[in-house]
Amino acid sequence: MKYETLHRMWRLGAIAVGASMTLSAFAVQAEVVFHRGNTGEPETLDPHRTSTTYEAHILHDLLEGLVVHAADGSLAPGAAESWEISEDGLQYVFKIRDDARWSNGDPVTAEDFAFSLQRILTPDTGAKYANILYPIRDAEKINNGEVPADQLGVAALDEKTLQITLEAPTPFFLELLTHQTGLPVHKGQVEAHGDDFVQPENYVSNGAYKLEEVVPQAHIKSVRNEFHWDKDNIQVDTVFYYPTEDRAAALRRFQAGEIHVNNDVPQDQVRWMRENIADEFKASPRLGTYYYALDMRDPDLADARVRQALSMAIDREFLVEEITGAGQVPAYSFVPPGTNNYDEPAIADYAKLSMIDREEEAIALLTDAGFGPDNPLELEIRYNTSENHKQVALAIADMWAPLGVEVKLLNTDVATHYGYLRDKGEFQVARAGWIGDYNDPQNFLFMVESDNAGFNYANYNSAEYDALMDQAAATIDLDERAKILRQAEELFMADLPFIPIYHYVNLELVSEKVEGWEQNLQGRHLTRYVKLEQ
Amino acid sequence: MLAYAVRRLFGAIPTIFVIIAISFFMIRLAPGGPFSLERPLPANIMRNLEAIYHLDKPLMVQFWIYLQNLVQGNLGPSMVYRDLSVAEIIGSGLPVSIQFGGAAILLALVVGGVLGSYAALKQNQMSDYSVMAIAMVGITIPNFVMAPLLQLILGVELGWLPVGGWGEGAFRNKVLPVIALALPQVAVVARLTRGSMIEVLRTNPIRTARAKGLPERIVIGRHALRAALLPVVSYLGPAAAALLTGSVVIETIFGVPGVGRLFVQGALNRDYTLVMGTVILIACFIVIFNLLVDLIYGVLDPKVRYD
Repeated sequence: MKYETLHRMWRLGAIAVGASMTLSAFAVQAEVVFHRGNTGEPETLDPHRTSTTYEAHILHDLLEGLVVHAADGSLAPGAAESWEISEDGLQYVFKIRDDARWSNGDPVTAEDFAFSLQRILTPDTGAKYANILYPIRDAEKINNGEVPADQLGVAALDEKTLQITLEAPTPFFLELLTHQTGLPVHKGQVEAHGDDFVQPENYVSNGAYKLEEVVPQAHIKSVRNEFHWDKDNIQVDTVFYYPTEDRAAALRRFQAGEIHVNNDVPQDQVRWMRENIADEFKASPRLGTYYYALDMRDPDLADARVRQALSMAIDREFLVEEITGAGQVPAYSFVPPGTNNYDEPAIADYAKLSMIDREEEAIALLTDAGFGPDNPLELEIRYNTSENHKQVALAIADMWAPLGVEVKLLNTDVATHYGYLRDKGEFQVARAGWIGDYNDPQNFLFMVESDNAGFNYANYNSAEYDALMDQAAATIDLDERAKILRQAEELFMADLPFIPIYHYVNLELVSEKVEGWEQNLQGRHLTRYVKLEQ
Repeated sequence: MLAYAVRRLFGAIPTIFVIIAISFFMIRLAPGGPFSLERPLPANIMRNLEAIYHLDKPLMVQFWIYLQNLVQGNLGPSMVYRDLSVAEIIGSGLPVSIQFGGAAILLALVVGGVLGSYAALKQNQMSDYSVMAIAMVGITIPNFVMAPLLQLILGVELGWLPVGGWGEGAFRNKVLPVIALALPQVAVVARLTRGSMIEVLRTNPIRTARAKGLPERIVIGRHALRAALLPVVSYLGPAAAALLTGSVVIETIFGVPGVGRLFVQGALNRDYTLVMGTVILIACFIVIFNLLVDLIYGVLDPKVRYD
């Protein structure tokens, strides 16, 4: 090729590039900024040290696990485009996307994930939620410091293929990986900066967004990750997360248009919101149950008839309509309706009876158990200080009064309350709540296994129940497993270590300008699905 | 005066040590700990965490470790906000609180001082009554009522100012929180100034000044106000220490990233190191501001001498 031709081509090329740059300059739209109210100040942005849902909201924008939640809360491919599960349910092989990249341009590798899983299980990391990953082979031993982290059942077969081997079949394992503990960290950055890899200047992420700025107690700002594989389908350029601890102030900010969404509302203003901003106030079922634990070591409460009577006499419909009032669902089972890998939960049979019949039956049960006007049952309800818990306790005390039950209330701050239960202090009735970490009935029913020291506040100890839970854990077939878990829940509802009261709801404020914010059980909303009306 | 100040500061060291010791052991008496959450942790994970923060050692050993670090200026890592050290958390919030508190004190001193003097000069007249009535309202309305009112009226309804948020520290984001913080102080300062001004105006030096035929402007501005400010200064010393270390209510309602919330949050979360850090901070501020008050007394009141 002659020099002149080359030169001409170069000039043509330059003109073309210049023209396209001018065009694209015209095509550039105003920056789309999304303001997210996010209930609390995150304690950390290290996915391996986090424990709260408001951290999860930020982390799932910044980092992308092997699998993610779609806008409707269903399971979807994330950094892994596909996976295969061995027939015995023990081995998972993930194929990581070729175009999965970190925000500094590095490819996301199987080694990144292997490193991350080892890191969270290393005792020195001090991961609060490490136990979510205990189904992985040797995970618990590593976390206990019994064997080194490199023995973990995780292997990078090649740059883009990750193999995870489990201790026992775990049908909800993929669901577990959607938890923030399954998020990866950039190996190079962690090795180079240690704990400081979480600082914005060092934070390299593989999610749709990258960390730009952290102002403690004010906001966290993240911007679009130009290397994300799905960037062309993402509209929001910049996200601000605000720790909206004061729910009432957050509502005012929402009204003034300063925040587009908030993932909680002031409970005492539900009526006002229903009347005035009905289209923007969203209540939807949530994966959680509000319950009263009964201490089965207590001589009076050791009698199943007493526990049943107490549960029967609670008018849950009245509670959710008049006291909590935000669309909560009366709970007659411990597992919330709609939970994955499950049929209908084991609903208590008195759910269908009228309150009058229930009260009568409850009185009969208590009389059988030896309580009556001459020998009234005396109970103390403990709860952590909160207006809502107090109202619920007062109402329940009132509902128990016709049975001749004399109730005293005792409230302490939240750390004291749970500290006392955890330390196995003696009590009679204690308020508690549970929000599922993953969408599976096991995540509810495991709480009262006799060896679950942390959650079994009731000190429930049933060999039969434990055997059913063990059997379910060893069952690979999901339908079969669902049946066994259902039997366990039936036993739960008969023995009643916990009295389920209501199922939680997600209460959210969502501006009419926001699209793609679908209500789901987990209350999980990735910003990459959101479209803002300009 | 300098020798006096230095002597006072050194004298405060034992006081602060006692405060540190008492708070260190008191916070440990509260049930629960930094890792007892609504969702309890498995025992083995609890062990891992306690080992990282030395919570598995005897309390006296922990105290000794804490003191050793403290002497080197190390307030330790936060046990709850795990990406940050206590020094970093306080370091990021303190400038904000000092700005807000400083602006509020200035506003209180100027507006309250002027209103109070004005009311004193118009004693028992209509304008005196109305200023004092407003001041009374300012004192009685708690800031958790005043702040939402300001948000609703100036933010939501009129849309003049942002309802909340820090907004990179823009001026318009600071107006409402500073007003909400200053209003009760304005009211207190106005009442104090009025009271002492009325007394001062009846004293012999003022009578003498007037007898000499000095213009009223100088009598009030140079002589009366100076003496009348003494009780205001003694009030503002501790008040300034409190304002500069932040206000829980105002910071939470407006989303201001100050240090006021840290103490309460730290205590509720049982974030032992953060509680200790804020206790030390507040103790130091109180010591310093009490000293400042005494020094300013010397300037305002010729009878005070430092020997």
